[in-house]
Amino acid sequence: MDWGNIFGNAVGEIISPTTAAYALAAIGLGVHFGYTGLLNFGQAAFLLIGAYAFAIPTLAGAPIIVAVLCAIACSVIFAFILGIPTLRLRADYLAIVTIASAEVVRFIVTTTGLTDFTGAANGLSGFKGTFAAINPIPAGTYGFGPFTYNEYDWWVRIVGWTLVVLASVLVWLLMRSPWGRVVKGIREDEDAVRSLGKNVYSYKMQALVIGGGLGSIAGIIFILPRAVQPANYTTGLTFFIWTIMLLGGAATIFGPIIGSMIFWVVLSLTQGILYGAIESGALGFLSTTQAGQIRFILVGVALMLLVIFRPQGIFGNKKELSFSV
Amino acid sequence: MSNIETAAPQTHPLVKGEVGPGCAKTDPIVIADSVTRQFGGLKAVDVAHLEIPRGKITALIGPNGAGKTTMFNLLTGFDKPNTGTWEFNGKSLAGVPAFKVARAGMVRTFQLTKSLGRLSVLQNMLLGATGQKGEGLFTSLIKPLWRAQEEENTARADDLLARFKLDAKREDYAASLSGGQRKLLEMARALMSKPELIMLDEPMAGVNPALTQSLLGHIKNLKEDGTSVLFVEHDMHMVMHISDWVVVMAEGRVVAEGPPENVMKDPAVIDAYLGAHHDTDLGDLMEDGPNPVIEAERKAHEAHPEAETAGYGVSTTPAATDADDEEK
Repeated sequence: MDWGNIFGNAVGEIISPTTAAYALAAIGLGVHFGYTGLLNFGQAAFLLIGAYAFAIPTLAGAPIIVAVLCAIACSVIFAFILGIPTLRLRADYLAIVTIASAEVVRFIVTTTGLTDFTGAANGLSGFKGTFAAINPIPAGTYGFGPFTYNEYDWWVRIVGWTLVVLASVLVWLLMRSPWGRVVKGIREDEDAVRSLGKNVYSYKMQALVIGGGLGSIAGIIFILPRAVQPANYTTGLTFFIWTIMLLGGAATIFGPIIGSMIFWVVLSLTQGILYGAIESGALGFLSTTQAGQIRFILVGVALMLLVIFRPQGIFGNKKELSFSV
Repeated sequence: MSNIETAAPQTHPLVKGEVGPGCAKTDPIVIADSVTRQFGGLKAVDVAHLEIPRGKITALIGPNGAGKTTMFNLLTGFDKPNTGTWEFNGKSLAGVPAFKVARAGMVRTFQLTKSLGRLSVLQNMLLGATGQKGEGLFTSLIKPLWRAQEEENTARADDLLARFKLDAKREDYAASLSGGQRKLLEMARALMSKPELIMLDEPMAGVNPALTQSLLGHIKNLKEDGTSVLFVEHDMHMVMHISDWVVVMAEGRVVAEGPPENVMKDPAVIDAYLGAHHDTDLGDLMEDGPNPVIEAERKAHEAHPEAETAGYGVSTTPAATDADDEEK
């Protein structure tokens, strides 16, 4: 086994754009679930909408700023569509509606009738031009050891992680303010907050829009190093984001970031080790495809262990969760 | 029954005209008309006319299932009536959502306390303040816009916490408070909005006798501060002790109202409470039985010989308070 390569790949995941995209999506989900108590099981839909609403205008020739604004606007509209009928109801209804609508949008972009716009099952590619065009880094290869990338890969990483930092600052500013106090109150008991004269419905909608908007930006970052593939936006994606959020701690600032880093480093490590073991014959009875599946079985087991033994996550406050309210 | 009833029409300084169910008040803060709420075939509330006097403590009593809490929910916008209109301070509040009712100055508490467990006691209090600039999505991002107001609110919250003897718990999670302390917190939190009318849904339920005394004191203080109080309560002794006016509901209707010392003699009230307790519970009140307040204090002293009357359950250790709650 080439341990150097395995560890090199794993360490590279720490700053990969995918890690940044998942961190952003988990920050958005943290606003929904961790702070406001909204059960959003359709975060994948926000990533999908961000991806397509960025890629489609770009391929049609729109400048990057228009494409980004289009992605954000579409996610806001989607949040309203989800929220208007469900946010007046009990929390469970939002969970049902989000999980269903995430599948609905995925099937819509996969339909062959829309091939001209969405590329159906083949997805979209060739939309990186506008993003690459504003890259200030001169062409070449930079970095050291496992962190050696070309100018485009560095550009994606820099933009991705800058957005993660900005999103974290935004969430921190919101949650230390009286606005954050109201949404945390809603998480605890929305009737009590209502009885104190706060428009609970409006606050829940604002939280849904903010978290969804962060999800759509995550969707853009997610596709910049790859193509848009509808198969990436299954419910599995949503549950990885949930895993990351719970791993780091739901109502924390650094939780989603560190959670995403750990998640991807561990996935990369297990993949490297399993593939290495298969190649060397130690796990000869497995195929590499099966090994890929096993990694995700491990994710499931890890999520269960996490919820049972450390429900507050890495950064969460144990005391805060020790009350069963 | 009829031998206690007085033949002459009763009058009272709070009332315009004759005392009776649905009588007009000289200075009402709430006026409700033909409010009904039906759950399937059951008419839970069917109130033809009700007025709540301003600046007084009004008790809403009645047997279980009389529609008291439903009436509360309707008046505060937490439930929608089938028919009816009501106004608060001359402003119609029918069909107005709950949060706007609260902003209008009519703030309620809940029968099952709704303290926000994973927020600190202070955060709970601050949530009660109204008109906060920092609660807007965009203003919240810029601290200088709301810092001064936040400091003002914190000072007021600290004042109230001290009054309710919760100041030692300021930084604790509300979930760590005992049941009685949560009741106190909920009441204090409601007061943060400086309400004109505070509606307390069974403020004494599940609270030990010593803490009950403290709660009673707080409710009386509210009146002295000029707040009108409407409260639902089952404990007749407490009702007799602190209320200025008593409204009796049964089967959704207002069957009687009047000053506490008279209303218990009303045959309609005795009818409403008919059953195993009608002789003991109400009878006690009409005869010169032991003073309920002194009784409660004596019991409290037996339970906590070391506790000072001023401190009550609040200042005792959490363990002692918990034990008390379990006894109940």
